[in-house]
Amino acid sequence: MIRSITQQKSEEEILRLLEGLVRVFIIGCGTCVTLTHTGGEPEMEAMKEKLSDKGKLITGGVVLPVACDNLTGDALSKHGQQIAQADVLFIMTCAFGVQTVARQLKKLVVPALDTLFIGKETALGQFDEICLQCGACILGETGGICPVTSCHKGLVNGPCGGTNNGKCEIDSAKDCAWTLIYNRLKDLSSLDAMRRFQQPRNHQGEPKPGKLVISAS
Amino acid sequence: MVSSFKKALESGKFVVTSEVAPPKGTNLEKMIHHIELLRDKVDAINITDHQSSVMRFPSLGGAILIKEMGGEPILQMTCRDRNRLALQADLLFASSRGIHNVLCLTGDSVLLGDHKEAKSVFDLDSSQLLAAIRRLERGKDLAGNDLDGGISFCAGAIVTPEANPLEPQLIKFEKKIEAGAEFIQTQAVYDLDRFKQFMDYARQFPAKILAGVILLTSAPMARFMNKNVAGVNVPQELIDEMVSAPKGRAIEKGIEIAGRMIMRIKEERMCDGVHIMAIGREELVPDIMAVARLI
Repeated sequence: MIRSITQQKSEEEILRLLEGLVRVFIIGCGTCVTLTHTGGEPEMEAMKEKLSDKGKLITGGVVLPVACDNLTGDALSKHGQQIAQADVLFIMTCAFGVQTVARQLKKLVVPALDTLFIGKETALGQFDEICLQCGACILGETGGICPVTSCHKGLVNGPCGGTNNGKCEIDSAKDCAWTLIYNRLKDLSSLDAMRRFQQPRNHQGEPKPGKLVISAS
Repeated sequence: MVSSFKKALESGKFVVTSEVAPPKGTNLEKMIHHIELLRDKVDAINITDHQSSVMRFPSLGGAILIKEMGGEPILQMTCRDRNRLALQADLLFASSRGIHNVLCLTGDSVLLGDHKEAKSVFDLDSSQLLAAIRRLERGKDLAGNDLDGGISFCAGAIVTPEANPLEPQLIKFEKKIEAGAEFIQTQAVYDLDRFKQFMDYARQFPAKILAGVILLTSAPMARFMNKNVAGVNVPQELIDEMVSAPKGRAIEKGIEIAGRMIMRIKEERMCDGVHIMAIGREELVPDIMAVARLI
């Protein structure tokens, strides 16, 4: 399943963002951030305690089932009074959730997390980035492994010189995408795909900001 | 416009190149000193492009300086910091200033350098940069528009003969040559018997191969490269030889080893030449060449 992978901001940054704001309502999410232990029930309870210790007044808190869902506004309306009392909504969800809340409530929002990437759980407790949504998919020529996402440099014509023992030059814990692609294509007797010269990529497959309108016809 | 470096490559002689690094700042004295030492001794001088992703005086500025000082520059260009507009523009400018050799590199990650939060570009890769050069030479830019006034380059790239795994590197190597690389500088090689095996394979391609030789400055430096530099393998016997040097004389041992290797590469005609790198100790390159009986 597609997952939004997050990491909690440093305490220093959190306190800077909340400076001058005393009454805080906290929002978590029962989906991705619960899986990554960054914004589920236990993390929210710990955050309440941490912020109380720093002199904040917690007006309330809720872990929404799916913060990025359009029903978030309805779910939050049950906490209308606690939210109304708060100076700020402190949101322990990914940026999708933060923006969904911000669109639905006229309230100052502060994110507790940084959204790192969109990926999936590939092993217990391990999350990998899968797709950058580049708008110009080349998976058909790379054995189904995306070098735009999985190669640190997004190279499309093979590995750089920094690859070492199948790992990336920036981190020996990260696989070299081109070693993976080579092995996959070799297994499939399709190395010709790797030998084919790839033209410079279209980096404007969908110019930012992405927008799609499906016509009614 | 055929560069003197290209003529040297095509002459069949044993070609020798080296490299200098621009400073961090505008004090060019040391680089000028290195250029003066090397310009009459080597066939061409590489000028590095923010080597190891450390922000420095630009390689293009250094290449112009080499040219003005009567040397033959090889402009190193990485794809890390410039998109296709900027890369093409710099090629036009370089050509207009009489710089006609370029080494096309992907470039290290910014995470390896001193501006770790910088945005990295990689709009093109090294093989696409080579193809872009050939296209510009045919009078068209990458968008297909006509150029008013053309360019001409002797273009090269790099390969790591001891990469692990090797096969993906070799596919990239072949793509670089197909894209237009006329010469290839290798990552440092120390095990020449293994390098000969690589050359048995590489000789079939229409590109001149220059073996990379990095001066060993100490045994710890050799061990550091083995641990941290992809595709560099200093054999234990060379490390032992470095250790055997009398205290404070390791550098002389390194010069002796480098010179000896170059001499063997030349005598056995293993490849078309050498690219000598004495990172941070460029003033020692003539000493290495003297040991190798190149000067």
